[in-house]
Amino acid sequence: MRRSMLFLPGNTPNILINGDALGADALIFDLEDAVSPDEKDAARVLVRSAIKALGYRGCEIIVRINGIDTPYWQDDLREMIPLRPSLIMPPKTSCAQDVRTVDEFIGRLEGELGFEAGTVRLIPLIETALGVENAYEIASASGRVAAIFLGGEDLTADLRCKRTREGAEIAYARSRMVVAARAAGVDVYDTPFTDVNDDEGLVLDAQTAKSFGFTGKAAISPRHVPGINEVFSPSMAEIDYAYEVLEAIRLAKEQGRGAVALRGKMIDAPIVARARQTIEAAEQLGLGGNRHEK
Amino acid sequence: MKNDKLTPSIAEAVRQCGLRDGMTISFHHHLRNGDYVLNMVLDTVAGMGIRGLTVNASSLFDTHMPIVDHIKNGVVTGLEADYISGGVGAHISRGILKKPVIFRSHGGRPYDIERGASPVDVAFIAAPTSDPMGNCTGKTGPSACGSLGYAFPDALYAKKVVVITDNLVPYPLQDWSIDETHVDCVVKVDQIGDPSGIVSGTTKITRDPVGLVMADTAAKVIAASGLLKDGFSFQTGAGGASLAAAKYLKDIMLRERICGSFGLGGITGYMVDMLNEGCFETLLDVQCFDLKAVESIRTNPRHREISAMHYASPGARSAVVDSLDVVILGATEIDLDFNVNVHTDSQGRIMGGSGGHSDTAAGAKLAMIIAPLSRARLPIVMEHVTCVSTPGETVDVLVTQKGVAVNPRQKELAQRLRDAGLPVCGIDELKARAEAMTGVPQPIARGDRPVAEVLYRDGSHLDTIYNV
Repeated sequence: MRRSMLFLPGNTPNILINGDALGADALIFDLEDAVSPDEKDAARVLVRSAIKALGYRGCEIIVRINGIDTPYWQDDLREMIPLRPSLIMPPKTSCAQDVRTVDEFIGRLEGELGFEAGTVRLIPLIETALGVENAYEIASASGRVAAIFLGGEDLTADLRCKRTREGAEIAYARSRMVVAARAAGVDVYDTPFTDVNDDEGLVLDAQTAKSFGFTGKAAISPRHVPGINEVFSPSMAEIDYAYEVLEAIRLAKEQGRGAVALRGKMIDAPIVARARQTIEAAEQLGLGGNRHEK
Repeated sequence: MKNDKLTPSIAEAVRQCGLRDGMTISFHHHLRNGDYVLNMVLDTVAGMGIRGLTVNASSLFDTHMPIVDHIKNGVVTGLEADYISGGVGAHISRGILKKPVIFRSHGGRPYDIERGASPVDVAFIAAPTSDPMGNCTGKTGPSACGSLGYAFPDALYAKKVVVITDNLVPYPLQDWSIDETHVDCVVKVDQIGDPSGIVSGTTKITRDPVGLVMADTAAKVIAASGLLKDGFSFQTGAGGASLAAAKYLKDIMLRERICGSFGLGGITGYMVDMLNEGCFETLLDVQCFDLKAVESIRTNPRHREISAMHYASPGARSAVVDSLDVVILGATEIDLDFNVNVHTDSQGRIMGGSGGHSDTAAGAKLAMIIAPLSRARLPIVMEHVTCVSTPGETVDVLVTQKGVAVNPRQKELAQRLRDAGLPVCGIDELKARAEAMTGVPQPIARGDRPVAEVLYRDGSHLDTIYNV
């Protein structure tokens, strides 16, 4: 269950050592924008040592490498792949070929290390207009792609518009990303909310992302993690409703009825599917007590 | 009939009280880092040629740095305190005093003064408002500091008592804290202190994400302990993470409509908010940590001043700490036996003291330490603490950002916390995790000359601090 993904700057030891204490489901060790060119090698060493020494129990490990248009990305992968991170995040992914370039290089490293092919998966960061338009081909470019991730800041620069608290300017991109990801059968993550001191804005932004269908959301500040986790966890009301749906289905089956209504609404296959997703998520998060599907 | 006790100067009061070489004088610390009185009195007695005094101050702050010179020139040759901040502490640690400092707790000090183990010849009481007969209070006046709790044992048991005020009002002051029956002289001065110095830098809620994680966990530990129900009582320190824990606790109490009986201690504005929002029936206040607390104790009858004896004296027939459910405390070090050090820093230099730490830990049903796993490249959990300030058998839980360790004596509590899904682990495991990041620190190189003796609240010897 990955609701929140927290960026940790790869060159900041006192933040790295507490990464697993901040409540995020996944940690993104950033070798790209957070690290200046003359510190790239130091950050690689620091991140490698931190992951080795600390292990980050209970958090999924993601590494954002430098873009394939830089001289750093291959060295990034050479240092990181031996640590078996769950996911590699290549930035500024604009087309399927970008994905395949990284995919092939990781495949080669996996071979050299004797890892099973596909051990390390990909979460391409889509943050250009071209990337958004190519979202489906990116999401389906390789079996290694596990999710796609929208980067709103770079995207709005590319679109030549202003990034706002409400986010109307990225509504199309959000929608397009979600459709592409779901069509390709992968997860999809929303851009971070950048005002560290605006807790209310963060929750509204996360709710918007959830309403679009995003799986979760990234954060650039630990302060945003609890809000994101809460928004992307099923609520007790949703869990209760999901159990009611499954119970209604069970009763209908028992009684040999075809059509089932609950609270005056017909229950059809998509509602049942969503109820099962909700319960699965709740069980993964330890929510919903000891109820079991009857 | 006695006319009044007004004395024209501190020097005259010193003469009238018969202060001589080798005696003990005492001070309270309610003006904290804004106090002028201790320095004024020491300058005066030094000018009068009096030497070899023992100063018994409930606490010393860095505003009291001039005492270092009075120690060096022989005016002060003995020091007793419950807390000494880092500036003065560094000099003490270098060994400027021949006799070791006597450290007590906020409960042990009044106990020892009362029973004569630490007799006071002349008490100098900074009083933000007084009448000419010495009925005095901290609640009003331009230098108002709120509660005068720590001054009570001095007023009650010193052989002579001098009230020093900058706000003299006509007799009788109506809402007195300390009454005239104990007071020998009253001195009016221009200013007893700077009220802005009452607020210490540690009375703001932390914004550090690691501190907030610890605070959130601390509140969850309290909620899971079984103690958080109507009638709940609570004390927290003024550290950033402790205050944040109070904030999270307040959220839980308001959500679950829990009304506690009392909040205790050094009181901050956050505790005042909890009182006003219905989390507690009353606040019992031995000292005010900020001006919001000062305003509250002046205006809200449910915010009560208590004396140091009432707060924590082990010699009292009962003290409030004995009825306390939960206390949140800090630590500079904690060891595998849950012994806590709050006296010295990582170099072994004096930079604090028990205050009410060991008193509340002994009294509370749940004594919780909240501390990050490491500070400035050093682990917080040690094999043995540099100085035992609070014995481990009175400490129940350690909350860090990476896990919660429960004292093995508290098996039921550990199970409750596990059932609530809290990350319970062994304290040795926390030590190992800290050392995985920091390495094992080398032992501190210290001298062999004792610079301070730490007494437990009952007067027994806890530990010795050596020169560095």
